[in-house]
Amino acid sequence: MSIKKILETMDYGPAPESTGFADEWLDEHERRLKHFINGQWADPAAGGWLETRSPARNELLAHIADGDPEDTGRAVAAARSAQTRWAALSGHERARYLYAIARQIQKHSRLFAVLESLENGKPIRESRDIDIPLVARHFYHHAGWAQVMDREMQGFEPLGVVGQIIPWNFPLLMAAWKVAPALAMGNCVVLKPAEFTSTTAVLLAQICSEVGLPDGVFNLLLGDVKAGQALVEHPEVDKVAFTGSTEVGRILRKATAGTGKKLTLELGGKSPYIVYEDADLDSAVEGLVDAIWFNQGQVCCAGSRLLVQESVAEVLHEKIRARMDKLVVGDSLDKGIDIGAIVDPVQLERISTLVELGVAEGGQLWQPEAAVPEGGCFYPPTLLTEVQPSATLAQEEVFGPVLVSMTFRTPSESVALANNSRYGLAASVWTENVNLALDVAPKLKAGSVWVNCTNQFDAASGFGGYRESGFGREGGKEGLFEYVKPVWEGKLSSKPVHKLPDAGQGSERPEKIRAIDRTAKLYIGGKQSRPDQGYSLMAHDAKGRPVAEYPLGSRKDIRDAVEAARKAAGWSTTTAHNRAQVLYYIAENLSARKAEFVERLKAFSGRAKRSAEREFGLCIDRIFTWAAMADKYDGQVHATPFRNVTLAMREPLGVLGIVAPEEAGLLGFVSTVMPAIAMGNRVVVVPSQHYALLATDFYQVFDTSDLPGGTVNIITGPRDELTLELARHYDLEGLWYWGSAEGSRLIEEEAAATMKRTWVNHGRFHDWTDAEQGAGEVFLRKAVEIKNIWIPYGE
Amino acid sequence: MSNVFSLKQPGSVEDRGLERNPGMPWSPEFVSRIRINRSAVERRAATMAKRRSVKKDYQSAWLLKAVSCIDLTTLAGDDTPGRVRRLCQKAMRPVRRDILDGLGVGDLALTTGAVCVYHNFIATAVKELGDSGIPVAAVSTGFPAGQIPLPLKIAQIRESVRAGAAEIDIVISRSAVLTGDWERIYNEVRAYREACGEAHVKAILATGELGTLANVAKASWVCMMAGADFIKTSTGKESVNATLPFSLVMVRAIREYHRLTGYKVGYKPAGGIGKAKDAIAYLILMKEELGNDWLDPHLFRFGASSLLADIERQLEHRLTGSYSASFRHPVG
Repeated sequence: MSIKKILETMDYGPAPESTGFADEWLDEHERRLKHFINGQWADPAAGGWLETRSPARNELLAHIADGDPEDTGRAVAAARSAQTRWAALSGHERARYLYAIARQIQKHSRLFAVLESLENGKPIRESRDIDIPLVARHFYHHAGWAQVMDREMQGFEPLGVVGQIIPWNFPLLMAAWKVAPALAMGNCVVLKPAEFTSTTAVLLAQICSEVGLPDGVFNLLLGDVKAGQALVEHPEVDKVAFTGSTEVGRILRKATAGTGKKLTLELGGKSPYIVYEDADLDSAVEGLVDAIWFNQGQVCCAGSRLLVQESVAEVLHEKIRARMDKLVVGDSLDKGIDIGAIVDPVQLERISTLVELGVAEGGQLWQPEAAVPEGGCFYPPTLLTEVQPSATLAQEEVFGPVLVSMTFRTPSESVALANNSRYGLAASVWTENVNLALDVAPKLKAGSVWVNCTNQFDAASGFGGYRESGFGREGGKEGLFEYVKPVWEGKLSSKPVHKLPDAGQGSERPEKIRAIDRTAKLYIGGKQSRPDQGYSLMAHDAKGRPVAEYPLGSRKDIRDAVEAARKAAGWSTTTAHNRAQVLYYIAENLSARKAEFVERLKAFSGRAKRSAEREFGLCIDRIFTWAAMADKYDGQVHATPFRNVTLAMREPLGVLGIVAPEEAGLLGFVSTVMPAIAMGNRVVVVPSQHYALLATDFYQVFDTSDLPGGTVNIITGPRDELTLELARHYDLEGLWYWGSAEGSRLIEEEAAATMKRTWVNHGRFHDWTDAEQGAGEVFLRKAVEIKNIWIPYGE
Repeated sequence: MSNVFSLKQPGSVEDRGLERNPGMPWSPEFVSRIRINRSAVERRAATMAKRRSVKKDYQSAWLLKAVSCIDLTTLAGDDTPGRVRRLCQKAMRPVRRDILDGLGVGDLALTTGAVCVYHNFIATAVKELGDSGIPVAAVSTGFPAGQIPLPLKIAQIRESVRAGAAEIDIVISRSAVLTGDWERIYNEVRAYREACGEAHVKAILATGELGTLANVAKASWVCMMAGADFIKTSTGKESVNATLPFSLVMVRAIREYHRLTGYKVGYKPAGGIGKAKDAIAYLILMKEELGNDWLDPHLFRFGASSLLADIERQLEHRLTGSYSASFRHPVG
């Protein structure tokens, strides 16, 4: 086009990024990308190769090794043999490697960016300005954590070998999120990228090799699900970290259940993007571009569900449409595009199908007129208005450039709609009213809440989900705990530390009624209630003599207890000071009944009075500890690198099931329930059966201590049966369990459906008198979920 | 007076083409409802020019467009008729003939958008520019601080129009902004507009002195409601002049005004724009936020004195492939 002609159209014209260096690099690898195992490039054991293509250009880029279980085995073995030495290096030595990797990434940043855009289809602007700088930042930040691990992570040790499976939407960034903290904390890694996007992981492996990272510390396993599945199932893998779909996340939860492998899942989302009438609407529209048209909408935390206040809905929609008219869809290597190619025709097909369904279900479709380029794998930016919460598109993740919109009337309705989702990954809140923003942000069920911004990420801030968006955090100090374990965990006994008396049972009736009959009941919603089924069980003392009966709780009682706990939401929002006061009051009232509890303990444990008194004293001490921590285990402000406050808030999980240790008497009950409620959880506790009467005695203490009804609910009865009910219940956010290995496995397996946070002991036993095993920081950490709220400021 | 435009009626207003903005009755609700989030504005401003790229011939075309939008300016205490005549000559021949020919646009009759001077040099400029069609713009109303009585401001405008100025760059009362007296600004700018008659009003907000982006947006609205033909960032004398965030706020105000009234108001960033690359960034901003209609001297001007020299060098580079030197281009 002549300059004169351009002066008339004022078009931008093409601005292609050269692929020269990328082509050269691919050629150097003979366009056959191999595994990187034990410091060497490795051909696939079975000799199979897969294709990787450029979706924007529909060109073959290279072949990648098609890994199979044998390759996986080799990679894991390499990691295993390297791990002890890697962990034995000083933090400083590990820091130097990570620092060198960060430096190398910066030196070759454009090569990374071009390869990433070629293979994934994302705009070069995004890989160049967002992905790769974040990758380098992640390695720098975690080089720092390696350096200071000894002082900042005292009492923790590496897990060992970590298997990491990452998706295709941010190939290198997800690799960095996984690899950097794992290596920093002294683990060795087997990384398995998605088969659509392997090239930048190969370049990362090359860099690891160039900086002299010891062989076997970082291993790269290419291929598809075969290799990944073998990695998850490999017995030598200590932890599996996965980012991807909720569907696959469930499979991994099941596959690792009961193995003792640590698991983190970062899964899907349908993140709300809430616009209030007092927002800067033009900025909110621009935010949407970054929310849903970033990376073609193939972002797990994409703001895909627009909630707009009715008073401004029409205006906002008009502004969105006008903005969409300006979006440019095109070749991912063009520097002037907004939206690149969808990663694969399979994904394109899925998006089209879902949008058609959205229209069929009443959504008003709008797409800009500008043509989508031919030949590549493209989908236009799409807006569907009039999408009701009941529509499939309001609930299902599309993973494409598709925004659905619905309206709300009031702030409380906006929260209700926002939380009306199985997911809970992220949320955006747009308002110029700081009161509204800070009121709404804590109420949203989401791991990240962005106030007047969206899709903000940083190595210093944890990222991860609530609900079916998975569990675990990546980034920040909170993310480090996913790659370490407390040293004491390795010392847990495979036999009970506290012995249950093993006397045979006597007659099924107390010999005679010595006093007025006392009926132990269930404790639900602050009321004593009879078990639904109307059966009772007999409690026997240490000598096997029947003492009294306690209720046989069943699934309906669990249902009622969970409902009561759900209703007792006030406990989670009351001040930490108030919670502390209640806990102190519990200690006070418990203390007043010392004689009675000591007597019970003595009778049921068969231990001497002095021993029972010691346990009782420790219980009071524990309650004081957790009362003390209630207002001290608070949040943090992360130092993220732009003008904003990133608040890492510790929020209670919500409703938590606790299956207390059977063998640990009063101490087991107190040590598990108290930290949970200190952090603001409402609990449904299944106490020790043998010590059931101690738990039923305890509700009288609760009753006299201003503990709001429903905060603690006690269901006595058959532990295994009740545990299963808790494990299957969808309305519990978490479940703690101390019991058998089989029980632990069952809970983890059931959690695949509900995605609740589980903490189980895999049949290994705590010493509840031990300060760490019985009252360590881990009890607090497991009782909360960390939410990062990003609040940019400046007038 | 009642509000004539509904806030909620999307897309119902007829586009008024190139008709002059007549202004609208004083409607404080348009001012009070303004919300600006600085961080979000800055984020957009920072990424704007990274989302788009113009290369090679496209870049040359865009730079030529930029030249046509320059208000070639001299506003100094030591201005003389000779200085102004030299500037006018440059305005008529802003780029070397051989470069234009080389780029295939020798027959385009490229000039700058206007020449901008103090009142005392209007006559000189009008005479020097002759029938070139280049308008003379005069700064007025006690430029740059505006700290003179209102009647004198009105009188100055009338004098300048009589002297042949086709455009009057007025300054608003910053003190009224900072004390929240928006109605006073409305009334003053209304009066300026009346005094201008056929001459166009370019309202300088002095964004660097308004304190907040919200004030910038509000001042933009008040001036447009009062009938400004252009809104302009700065006098060039404030410590902070045109920036992309200021500009984003102002062009979004223009967009909203157009959406609600159908009238197009022009935009003029001024001060601190010295590089060809900056000019491209501003053109991208106009195209992205407002559209191609605003890529035209009717609706877009740069207030700049050194920008042209850098653009000339870039244009020559496109032709020769070698980086140019400033002494190869005639001064203005």
